[in-house]
Amino acid sequence: MSESTYRIQGATGEWEVVIGLEVHAQVTSNAKLFSGASTAFGAEPNTQVSLVDAAMPGMLPVPNRECIRQAVRTGMAIEAQINKWSRFDRKNYFYADLPQGYQISQLYHPIVGEGALHIEADEKAGIPQDKTIGIERIHVEQDAGKLMHDQHPTMSYVDLNRTGIALMEIVSKPDMRSPAEAGAYVRKLRSILRYVGSCDGNMEEGSMRADVNVSVRKPGEEFGTRTETKNVNSVRFVMQVIEYEANRQVDVLENGGTVDQETRLFDPGTGTTRTMRSKEDAHDYRYFPDPDLLPLELDDSFIEECRASLPELPDAKRARYENELGLTPYNARELTAEVETFGRFETLLAAAAAKIGKPEAKVATQVANWALSVAPGVVKSLGDEANMANATAERQASILAMQDKGEISGGQAKEIYEIVLKEGGEPEAIADERGLKQVSDTGAIEAKIDEIIAANEDKVAEYRGGKEKLFGFFVGQTMKAMQGKANPAVVNQLLKAKLDN
Amino acid sequence: MSVTREEVAKIASLARIKMGDEELDRMVPELNNILDWVEQLGEVDTSGVEPMTAVIPNSLRLRDDVVDAIPETSGGRREDVLANAPAAEHGFFGVPKVIE
Amino acid sequence: MTDFTNLGVKEIRDGVAGGDFTAREVAESFNAAVAAAAELNAFIVTTPDHALAAADATDAKRAKGEDLGKMGGVPIGMKDLFATKGVQTTAASHILEGFKPEYESTVSQKLWDAGAGMLGKLNLDQFAMGSSNETSYFGNVNSPWKKDGTNAAMSPGGSSGGSSSAVAARIAPAATGTDTGGSIRQPAAFTGICGIKPTYGRCSRWGVVAFASSLDQAGPMARSVEDCAIMLEAMAGFDPKDATSLQMDVPDWETALSSDLKGKKVGIPKEYRMEGTDQAILDSWEQGKAMLRDAGAEIVDVSLPHTKYALPAYYIIAPAEASSNLARYDGVRYGLRVLPEGAGLQDMYAATRAAGFGDEVKRRVLIGTYVLSAGFYDAYYTQAQKIRTLVAQDFEKAFATCDVILAPTTPTASFPLGSLNEDPLTMYLNDVFAVPASLAGLPAMSVPAMVNSDGLPLGLQLVGKPFDEQGVLNAGLAIQQRAGFDAQPEKWW
Ligand SMILES: [Mg+2]
Ligand SMILES: [Zn+2]
Repeated sequence: MSESTYRIQGATGEWEVVIGLEVHAQVTSNAKLFSGASTAFGAEPNTQVSLVDAAMPGMLPVPNRECIRQAVRTGMAIEAQINKWSRFDRKNYFYADLPQGYQISQLYHPIVGEGALHIEADEKAGIPQDKTIGIERIHVEQDAGKLMHDQHPTMSYVDLNRTGIALMEIVSKPDMRSPAEAGAYVRKLRSILRYVGSCDGNMEEGSMRADVNVSVRKPGEEFGTRTETKNVNSVRFVMQVIEYEANRQVDVLENGGTVDQETRLFDPGTGTTRTMRSKEDAHDYRYFPDPDLLPLELDDSFIEECRASLPELPDAKRARYENELGLTPYNARELTAEVETFGRFETLLAAAAAKIGKPEAKVATQVANWALSVAPGVVKSLGDEANMANATAERQASILAMQDKGEISGGQAKEIYEIVLKEGGEPEAIADERGLKQVSDTGAIEAKIDEIIAANEDKVAEYRGGKEKLFGFFVGQTMKAMQGKANPAVVNQLLKAKLDN
Repeated sequence: MSVTREEVAKIASLARIKMGDEELDRMVPELNNILDWVEQLGEVDTSGVEPMTAVIPNSLRLRDDVVDAIPETSGGRREDVLANAPAAEHGFFGVPKVIE
Repeated sequence: MTDFTNLGVKEIRDGVAGGDFTAREVAESFNAAVAAAAELNAFIVTTPDHALAAADATDAKRAKGEDLGKMGGVPIGMKDLFATKGVQTTAASHILEGFKPEYESTVSQKLWDAGAGMLGKLNLDQFAMGSSNETSYFGNVNSPWKKDGTNAAMSPGGSSGGSSSAVAARIAPAATGTDTGGSIRQPAAFTGICGIKPTYGRCSRWGVVAFASSLDQAGPMARSVEDCAIMLEAMAGFDPKDATSLQMDVPDWETALSSDLKGKKVGIPKEYRMEGTDQAILDSWEQGKAMLRDAGAEIVDVSLPHTKYALPAYYIIAPAEASSNLARYDGVRYGLRVLPEGAGLQDMYAATRAAGFGDEVKRRVLIGTYVLSAGFYDAYYTQAQKIRTLVAQDFEKAFATCDVILAPTTPTASFPLGSLNEDPLTMYLNDVFAVPASLAGLPAMSVPAMVNSDGLPLGLQLVGKPFDEQGVLNAGLAIQQRAGFDAQPEKWW
């Protein structure tokens, strides 16, 4: 494992930060983990609450197969051990957002065991080399409800809509050593979850929250006491928590104090953390197997279906883009980072390859450049004028095909795309109607070349005498005479034939 | 093993049952009687014995991911959910203000 | 007005179906008997209108020639542990006083669907924790029985003591019970009636206030084996809302009833000869053997070596589960809320639960909290669950050599209310013979065998293999036919 160079400079020397993350990811499912209530976001308070979620007397949990399936698929995506025998435990504590008085979770026998997640070197971000972060486990558990404190002078209000929605708790090993690594880990995890489709990764809506465990130590020493900062809901905040906590802990230790093992809350407004008062004495959770639920046993066909339904994952896709499509590492990484990006790219690639009539590998670089720089450039230049609904893969592929055949130049491609975005319409028709085509008609070009040769006898002689770099001059003259619309390949070919004779 | 008064007080607090001195005094010997009696389980050699997980051979049945499939376990019944609440306001359950 | 209160489930059902009398007449008769029996304190609330409405529906169906259902026209008592829509459901606890569920338990719904009506909600030990019906917030339940020559109030057993009292007193032809560690069988034995706890998972637990989830099972309590068979058929069946519900068809137990035990082996567990067991109980056990032999069965000795440890294991497992199951009673969503001046959320919880739970409930919640707490979990809870495995394995081995097990239901007959309150442990010992079958999830039944020299009923227990309720009912029927138990409490209420 490569060592991070991230250090906190203290009065007594350098400190290293040790970071572990517990990410709670909301499982994508229609209904809750143990009840039939909907999981849709943003409903009126307590309208998506069943009698089960409200923990009415005599209510019982029955697990949702899809939630189990998504956890297993996620486990497979991080190369983890899938436990064919797992079970649900109760975590007992009293809080107003927890109607049952316990959370159904998995402590003793989680559904997913050890796995790994790879983050890529990013010199600029301070990650010198690729690194593998160990995953301890993934377990499935219930989400809690929501408390609102600002609606009434003496009361808090409880909304149970979230109560019982399925979460995957993805627990990393304490393998991260810098805020940058933690940020990269969360981004990569989010990308994998979204590839797999097991979580929408929407951090603003709370679909992914991280509990950030931070401790500091002198390099080479034993782990220090850690704090856990709860429910941090953006990559930037995760990094801020680590910075703040690491520095705070170094201060405490260097001033002769000790770090308390405690739960803390992050205040995004100030970028600081503080002790969480409400969970102070909740340390004895009295976990035991939930007697309402039997052991969860996965059969081979279930596991096989999970495996078969897995898509190509980010690392594999990136490698394939580089090795089979011949893309640059940068382009491969950019295109595979997000589900939407590679989705658009692969649709466009397929359409372009079909239109051009070449294998995907032969056109991939052209398509990648178009997708990553040319097309976004045009869109950006248009601003509000661009109607993205017009930007179908078919139309973009048509533009790329015309370009490939030499019918249009790069500049014309942009112009056509601009018109497509603004007005719609088919690229071929636009090119024809608006004269946005290169001339490949040899007769027309030859006529111009003849004129140029006639007007530049001296230069022709010099060229034929060995001054070969004058060839560029003739190309330029010809293009100019053709008002930039000549196909450069044709121009080259004709010039060569005439001059070399 | 026997429990002290302080331990009983701690357990009562963990279980969120407020207990006065008198009640604690009464509870300590009662609990110790019971605990002394269950202590005999320690006599049994259970090495190699699996703790029971399912009393009748049966494995966990999973349900389909369908919203509101069974009326009794469906959402969308706020009135029912709040019907017995001691303090329901504006569609919420009310509790004394919590400081996090 | 004809008095129908001597009729049982089968007689009422068949009489109504045959047009001998109307369901309304029956319901009115029992409603009147219930109203006149307030001294028993068997009911927490009565619901005469529910019984009448169900009766009228049955009579209307009969007029139209429709099927009346397995329990058509039979009014029953409902243990107040079953949630009943719009009718107060308390588990006999102050903490749920006034709680009116917006839902109906699966088992009670099945009974209504089968044509039964509800006379009222029956009293019980608070949260089903108790063996004498002295822990209810709504007062003790009196047994209709008295010790010969005394007037002391006797225990109807627990926790289904309202059920046993009502059925024995003939103010209900049958009642629902629940059995966690003997709570159907022990009260049945104390009051001279029948009661069966089916295999764990036969009856849905959905809508039944939970005590100990891995043990709780509902079952019928009635005055005959046939009536139990009929009512169990109506109560049992797969429920997708209960993840522990058995996905099996409900057999036609009533039709298959047979007291011919030829070819059957009845096991006698030697470990049930325990110190402290009444001689009369041992005598009744001997008589039971003779009756089953007479019915054609072979009597064989079996060994259940871990019997002694079943009860202490139960008193770890049940309180542990209960401590967690009862955490939901917190004053937020339903039931009692006690909010002292200036109290915060956690203070509110502690005050509410202190005021809402009775002593026995608190005791068990504390024991359960303790055995699950950090550092003690393995020594207590894991060890108890291992012993539970051993208890279940004992039965499995025994059932390799026999078909059904015969044992006493309780070590003693009923006792006067208040006589065992000094020490919770002596009360717990009441369930020493009932708990092993609960830990193993097995079907088990109590049938009345005889009355002792004090004139109090004694019960015999039959324990069967998993899913073999039929074997249990058949052996019970053989005893019922031979014991000829016809003693009735003298009406004093
Ligand atoms: Mg955490
Ligand atoms: Zn969690």
